[in-house]
Amino acid sequence: MRRPSLRAGRLTVAVLLGLFIVLPFIGLHVPWVLPGTLDIVNSTGTLEVLALCFMFAGIAVGYDMMFGYTGLMSLGPVLYFAVGTYVFDIALTHWAWPLVPSLLLTFGVSLVLAVVLGAIALRVHGIAFAMVTLAFAQAFYFLVESNPHNLTGGDTGLSLTYTRLPSFLSGAVSNTRNLYWIALAFLVVAYLIVWLVTESVTGHVFVAVRENELRLDVLGVRPYRFKLVSFVVSSLIATGGGIVYILVIGTAVPSVVASTTVTLSILIMVVLGGAGTRWGAVIGAIVYVYLQQYLDKVGAEPSFTRLPAVLRVPLSEPQFLLGAIFVLFVFFAPGGIAGLVLRRRLNRASAATLLSVFKKS
Amino acid sequence: MNIFLVLTFSGVALGAIYFLAASGLSLIYGLMDVLNFAHGLFMTLGAYSGYEIATRLPTSLGAPTLVILAIIGATLFGGLAAGVTELILIRPLYGKPISQILITIGLDLAVVGLLMGGFGSTALQIPVPLWLIEPTHLGGLYLPNANFLAIGAGVIVLIGLELFLALTRYGIIIRAGVENREMVRALGIDVGRAFTLVFVIGGAMAGLAGILYTIVFSGDLVSPNQGDSLLIFAFIVVVIGGLGSIRGSAVAALTVGLLQQYTSFYIGGHSGWAQIGDLSTVLLLAVVLELRPRGLFGRVA
Amino acid sequence: MTNAIEISDLHVSIAGSHVLQGVSFAVPTGGVTALLGRNGVGKTTTLRAILGLVASSGRIQVLGDEVAGWPTHRIVRLGIGYVPADRDVFSSLSVEQNLRLAESGSGANYDEVFSLFPELKQRGRQRAGTLSGGQQQMLSIARALLNSRPLLLIDEPSKGLAPKIVSEFAGVLERAAQHSTVLLVEQNLSVVKRLAQSIVVLDHGEVVHLGEVSDLDDPTLVRQLLGVAGAA
Repeated sequence: MRRPSLRAGRLTVAVLLGLFIVLPFIGLHVPWVLPGTLDIVNSTGTLEVLALCFMFAGIAVGYDMMFGYTGLMSLGPVLYFAVGTYVFDIALTHWAWPLVPSLLLTFGVSLVLAVVLGAIALRVHGIAFAMVTLAFAQAFYFLVESNPHNLTGGDTGLSLTYTRLPSFLSGAVSNTRNLYWIALAFLVVAYLIVWLVTESVTGHVFVAVRENELRLDVLGVRPYRFKLVSFVVSSLIATGGGIVYILVIGTAVPSVVASTTVTLSILIMVVLGGAGTRWGAVIGAIVYVYLQQYLDKVGAEPSFTRLPAVLRVPLSEPQFLLGAIFVLFVFFAPGGIAGLVLRRRLNRASAATLLSVFKKS
Repeated sequence: MNIFLVLTFSGVALGAIYFLAASGLSLIYGLMDVLNFAHGLFMTLGAYSGYEIATRLPTSLGAPTLVILAIIGATLFGGLAAGVTELILIRPLYGKPISQILITIGLDLAVVGLLMGGFGSTALQIPVPLWLIEPTHLGGLYLPNANFLAIGAGVIVLIGLELFLALTRYGIIIRAGVENREMVRALGIDVGRAFTLVFVIGGAMAGLAGILYTIVFSGDLVSPNQGDSLLIFAFIVVVIGGLGSIRGSAVAALTVGLLQQYTSFYIGGHSGWAQIGDLSTVLLLAVVLELRPRGLFGRVA
Repeated sequence: MTNAIEISDLHVSIAGSHVLQGVSFAVPTGGVTALLGRNGVGKTTTLRAILGLVASSGRIQVLGDEVAGWPTHRIVRLGIGYVPADRDVFSSLSVEQNLRLAESGSGANYDEVFSLFPELKQRGRQRAGTLSGGQQQMLSIARALLNSRPLLLIDEPSKGLAPKIVSEFAGVLERAAQHSTVLLVEQNLSVVKRLAQSIVVLDHGEVVHLGEVSDLDDPTLVRQLLGVAGAA
């Protein structure tokens, strides 16, 4: 990238970041665009949605490192996300552990699972790898649903007890702000981790694995190790996202937290934003989650009930709209939003990066 | 012992349904390298079209006729939906397998959303004749009649599929294509038609699997997400059996169906292990992958 | 038409490797043209590019039609019989079924094929995967000869086969060349000298020599173009 566009990019990021940081102090009333029930910028509803956006954005950029950069299409990131929500929840609620030990336990469990399951899954490639990761994630779903030792609460889920948490993290209204900032901080940290790894030598090997694993093997570099590293780091980030989720939302329910829908959503976010660019994943996630919440709210608008059923049904189902938008993107803009932006800037090298993940068979 | 036999019977029935769902997936993947996430959608569409047929046609036709029409309708509609999907969405993305997978994901999401909007997310009941709900008294055992239906369908389809693949020209083209797509083209044959055909066959079987699952194991209740739940097991069966192998799907489906029934009853009875039936299938998958990564009957990649 | 195949400025890249770098040559109608070169210079890739099995840029004219960008099956239907380097018979199908797939229209001449390879008739129901290497090669050639085709693309038919069988195949190809144009990739120079009239030599993805088969009588030239591997 040429110097001016790089500087412009960094400036945009700085401005946006600054805006997001001070957002909870902005009490403007903005009609039409906001997802919360109150059309005020720093209302609890809006802040909660934005917190979810940031959380997913962090998870998405972690997934992009594995999928976009290393070329591993895992269909099981929800497993590590769910580990983040459930283990943290269990430690705080059932065992009344304090914050730091709970965090350590959660990340510890996630690390062990990622290394063990990743090692097994990576023994196969391509579609088989995707299916194995899917199966493992589904197994976890079954596990939490079965409420072993009454830990997970089965179908009804488990609510987080905030008593052991520092006061700035618990409580509903006044602390939505703090949770918002924590979600934002999570995004920043996740992004930095991914940025550091992908810009390093390891990151370049990731790309080499994606492009031509056979050649790496012949050269004596062992692709397996690098793939495992990519997988584990990505999974740990997802776990971090899970912890943020349970703090913000307060309840872990298997159908929401551990189902394949989460995985598919992450995949869609990354592709929608532009796989292999990092910032694409962030944009994709924010747009997707925001739209989902916003369309949900719009769909409940009274004016909608006056539309004929043929129009009303599709337009009031966010899942349909999002799925349809995604289909259109895959067809006409497989490089995602980032691809469209980069195409306009005629930056062919970056556009080629985006599309190379789609050439992989 | 009686319980064991009854479990075995329902395990075989479940296996038959898994076979219907998995064999289409396996063939599609074997021939086209497409991991079809919309397969779950075809199953759900099969179930819903069956529901529509069973509830909209005049009741004077009688419940047995309605059910039979529903099943036939589900199969046809599944095939139709799959054919349209292949022609409009899959074919234009030829050569881009990741895009093809992604588009099936998007399609699945969109249409399931549409179903939720149109039919609601609560389960709908299909009216079925009484004898389907009743069991048959056979040698001291009570065997659910619905299970006979599933097993019968599974056997018929298995035989039909094997005959089709062994004897017809398109069957041979498909088998050759699964082995070496490129060489089939180099013989002057347009594999594209075989692709569409395989998708249609797969979709039809998925539709059939969807309606049968509703009748046999779901208490005649249809809901928008059931196809996707079934899809997970179909995937597991496909990988265990080996991608691209019909025989593999049959053996794996039977194994998984039986395993689920046995573990669910014998171990799942104890508290906190309710989901062990489902979990055990994943454990089986992990074991098979450790010992034989290409699946039971799969080809070396 | 004077040329069965005309290639002009053909470029092919595979996995980042620029395999063919501007290949140009013509295959005159009738007779056998041999495509020669050391291992890995791009001979098989050239055949595959003609058939549309790999992406390429440049001009490809086959039997009078410009086929660059055409789907493979359409190119083949112009009247091409293809014998690939690795036989590529369908191992899960029977011999009979393998041949059946090669039928195009009504012109399938099983009598001719079975008179050339009586073993294939005997083993009609046998699974192709259980045949020996030589038998599989017979099947592969039989597939291409089943219908009378104006153009035959044959890739290293003698590879890995005993000399006696190689001689048999050479005889078969000689007969086939009487009513088809043949483009033959071959490392075995005795076969080339027996069958071919013109030669095209590749090196590092480029054409380095166009000439007559008599050029191969010059040992210096042979060594220069083909290395020590040229078997006399």
